[in-house]
Amino acid sequence: MSYLTKPKVKVSGIKKNKLGLTLRDYEGGMSTLCAGCGHDSVTAALVRAFFELNLPPEKAAKVSGIGCSSKTTAYFLSASHGINTVHGRMPAIATGANAANENLYFIGVSGDGDSLSIGLGQFAHAIRRNMNMLYIVENNGVYGLTKGQFSASADMGSKAKNGTINEQPPLDSVLLALSLGGTFVARGFSGDKDQLVPLIKAGLSHQGFALIDVISPCVTFNDHEGSTKSYAHTRENFHEVVHTDFVPPATEITVEYEDVAPVTLHDGSRIVLRKTSPDYSMTTRNAAWSYIQDHHKKGEIITGLLFLDDAAADLHKHNNTVDQPLISMPYDKLCPGAEALNDLFEALR
Amino acid sequence: MRKNSQNRINDFVIKIANVNGTGSASANTLLMKSIFQMGIPVVGKNFFPSNIQGLPTWYEIRVTKNGHTSRSGRVDIMVAMNAQTYKHDCAEVSPGGFLLYDSTWPRRDVLTREDITVLGIPFSQMCNEAFDDPRVRVLMKNIAYVGALATFLNIDCDVIRSRLKKIFAKKANLLEANLTALDIGCDYAAKNFECPLSIGVETLNKTSEHMMIDGNTAAALGCVYAGATVASWYPITPSTSLIDAFNAFCERYRKDPDTGQRRFCVIQAEEELAAIGMVLGASWAGARAFTSTSGPGISLMNEFLGFAYYAEIPAVVFNIQRAGPSTGLPTRTQQSDLIACAYASHGDTRHVLLFPSDPEECFYFAVQAFDLADRLQTPVIVMSDLDIGMNDWMCPRLTWDDTFKPDRGKVLSAEEIERLGDFSRYEDKDGDGICYRTYPGTHKRGAYFTRGSGHNQAGGYTEDPNEYQEVLDRLLRKWDHAGKLVPQPVVKRRKGARVGVVALGSSDGAVREALPLLDEPVDYMRLRAFPFNGKVKRFIESHERVFVVEQNRDAQLCTLLTAELDVQKSKLIPVLHYNGFPISSEHVAQFLYEAMREESVA
Ligand SMILES: Cc1ncc(C[n+]2csc(CCOP(=O)(O)OP(=O)(O)O)c2C)c(N)n1
Ligand code: SF4
Ligand SMILES: [Mg+2]
Repeated sequence: MSYLTKPKVKVSGIKKNKLGLTLRDYEGGMSTLCAGCGHDSVTAALVRAFFELNLPPEKAAKVSGIGCSSKTTAYFLSASHGINTVHGRMPAIATGANAANENLYFIGVSGDGDSLSIGLGQFAHAIRRNMNMLYIVENNGVYGLTKGQFSASADMGSKAKNGTINEQPPLDSVLLALSLGGTFVARGFSGDKDQLVPLIKAGLSHQGFALIDVISPCVTFNDHEGSTKSYAHTRENFHEVVHTDFVPPATEITVEYEDVAPVTLHDGSRIVLRKTSPDYSMTTRNAAWSYIQDHHKKGEIITGLLFLDDAAADLHKHNNTVDQPLISMPYDKLCPGAEALNDLFEALR
Repeated sequence: MRKNSQNRINDFVIKIANVNGTGSASANTLLMKSIFQMGIPVVGKNFFPSNIQGLPTWYEIRVTKNGHTSRSGRVDIMVAMNAQTYKHDCAEVSPGGFLLYDSTWPRRDVLTREDITVLGIPFSQMCNEAFDDPRVRVLMKNIAYVGALATFLNIDCDVIRSRLKKIFAKKANLLEANLTALDIGCDYAAKNFECPLSIGVETLNKTSEHMMIDGNTAAALGCVYAGATVASWYPITPSTSLIDAFNAFCERYRKDPDTGQRRFCVIQAEEELAAIGMVLGASWAGARAFTSTSGPGISLMNEFLGFAYYAEIPAVVFNIQRAGPSTGLPTRTQQSDLIACAYASHGDTRHVLLFPSDPEECFYFAVQAFDLADRLQTPVIVMSDLDIGMNDWMCPRLTWDDTFKPDRGKVLSAEEIERLGDFSRYEDKDGDGICYRTYPGTHKRGAYFTRGSGHNQAGGYTEDPNEYQEVLDRLLRKWDHAGKLVPQPVVKRRKGARVGVVALGSSDGAVREALPLLDEPVDYMRLRAFPFNGKVKRFIESHERVFVVEQNRDAQLCTLLTAELDVQKSKLIPVLHYNGFPISSEHVAQFLYEAMREESVA
């Protein structure tokens, strides 16, 4: 195999999914991130989501930029192709790969520096094109890999480990995605797997660009007092606005909650949303925007699937591409042949 | 130096000075194609400003019975339709030549040369009388000068009329206006001047196997024939028309006849970093993908080009070079990105470059670029320029072998992966420096991780000095192998030649025309690709002196030759041209003549 893998010990009685695969079959190389790094919890959630969705690992393609967060793609799905690109430019690689082969599950993992600083332009255009992919921003408010500088998502007044106070206002990927026409906008917390796993499953099933901004504390550079992206701060101000459950196709839906809004996705799967805040509307862009902003002012971090538009056309619908992936198009369907050159000759005389 | 003949029948240059945005382009094309249709070889060059309306623009048509392909450096008849540039245009006419201008406003003060003939025709006045719509008046002035030139130069008016009928087949009123304007020009010239002039055309039969096409259109066609399915780009002159043409060809040839769905995907990117990124993503996933750009775009693509080199991802990039540095002269030509492209990106990187010299080669090299990129798993940059890309060139009939199959290089199928058992992405199994790759989604045992960070043969992350260096050294072996696969130089030897000339790309026509004019025999090598190989080194070594003709200030090709081949720098004499206009045969001939005479005197 191309990189470090954990020894696969066959434990009898270990749980298998419908493909006969175990959780281990969805794992990747050994993480080299700091012990306790939020990013590793996201990895674990991704593994579980893939396992539970019964997806064949070789049908996934992992894409990332540069950063601790972008290394995540090496730590899950070792049976999938992965590509660690250059800093901030993963969306372009994903777009091209998606244009070539739309039959893959694209999973992009990025950081707040990767997506909101150097890569803001490409991030915005990926949303605008509504390319079919799951895009996770592992948001820790700092540049982990270059040792703790503030990132563009650092809150005003947030204190760095060395005592510096951040004086620039933050960018919020969720608000950006809402205003850029994002069709699936969510926020999670690496410390809340129960929420994150269904969010990831829903994102993978969404036909279009699914953004999940995951607050993912950097234990080494941004988990101290005064940081607004620490575990403690997030837990304290965490505010679950919609509880998400994901129901794959052909599974009986048991409605357990009082106030539920089931949404059926293209593949027949369903997202069941239970509103924990009665005044929240998930299908109105403006309302979602104001709600998040209002609570942000109060210091509350709103989480859950915050906006969904399941009807928007994706990149290929817009382009009116053939249904078959372009990479599998036989050459004789692409080349006009010698005869066409003769016609052209006459036209160009 | 031998002189070109003084007989100017089928051997002269028309230059038309105009204001851009007045619709003169189609009139000039009409004029040139009519001469072409009379069987006489032509060369058309457009010198336009980086502006949409109101600045000076020139169009040069060289009528050349001998089928030369470059500028001659002469102007035999100037059509001065822009009062702003009268003075300059008047000065440019070769002695004994003609100047035709709009005498609605007589300008004897400016047009004062004794050694040329000034021909005044009141184009504006006549068009104002004949047409009501102000827009039509402006447009028809252009057709009127075509009419006058037809009479002056003996061009068959029926050929022009039939072309107009074809163009305006569905627009009867426009056709009528055009035919009227043509007659206005024809008749005035015939009534007021002695026609034809001493320069002019006579029917020949030298163009029946040629068409007229620009390099960008030809390259785009090559991309279609190569089977490219994904294109991504960001608009920049002079590369934009390549993507436009690709789109247009695909709309014609690549739509599913039943559903109307597209068998291609063209994405206008947000900038050039994204454009090359999308190309790499698509290539990584298994499609043939390309982008088209110019100097500033190449600068932006640098980081990704290095990534592609190191992670070994195929890509085809067309660089339609323009005059730099920075924004430079966006609508003028140059060959000034040689070094920027050869070594694009940080770290030890080198890229395969192809140097087409005309639209015909743009077509064939475009196809070959994809084969090379796939075979070598690396970016291939096709180094065209504005002169080749945007000007209409006479081009022999393009041919195609329907049994052609693209070379997708070393790609493992699911069955092969199954059979092999284990797969190691960067292992040199065949000893040519090229490894096997897999497309995502093929087979779980074929999965690997692509990264621009240090990696070992298996594709695993490494900081181990030996593992890292092993990959870097293998890339060098692959580079050496590339030298055998790229198009070889074209060599023309003359008996007894002591001196050689090396050139590439759009300088070719000027060199080929200039060499026979010299008193001494000279050998000529036209480079068609980078890496250079042993053949190039031997050519340089086997001559006392080698003139290197190139269109940039810093003699970039000389630098590249001395850096890459172990040749004596003092042997190479740069022949440079970098004012933004295409190099002329006169420039090359003059330089070589003087340099060789000095030597024989010394
Ligand atoms: C062009 C370029 N500039 C700078 C860097 C250095 N660099 C590497 S990672 C990084 C920041 C990563 O921050 P983020 O995306 O938030 O990831 P994290 O490490 O916090 O997970 C920077 C600036 C680089 N790799 N490339
Ligand atoms: S530096 Fe921070 S972000 Fe990077 S691995 Fe360590 S904890 Fe995670
Ligand atoms: Mg970060």
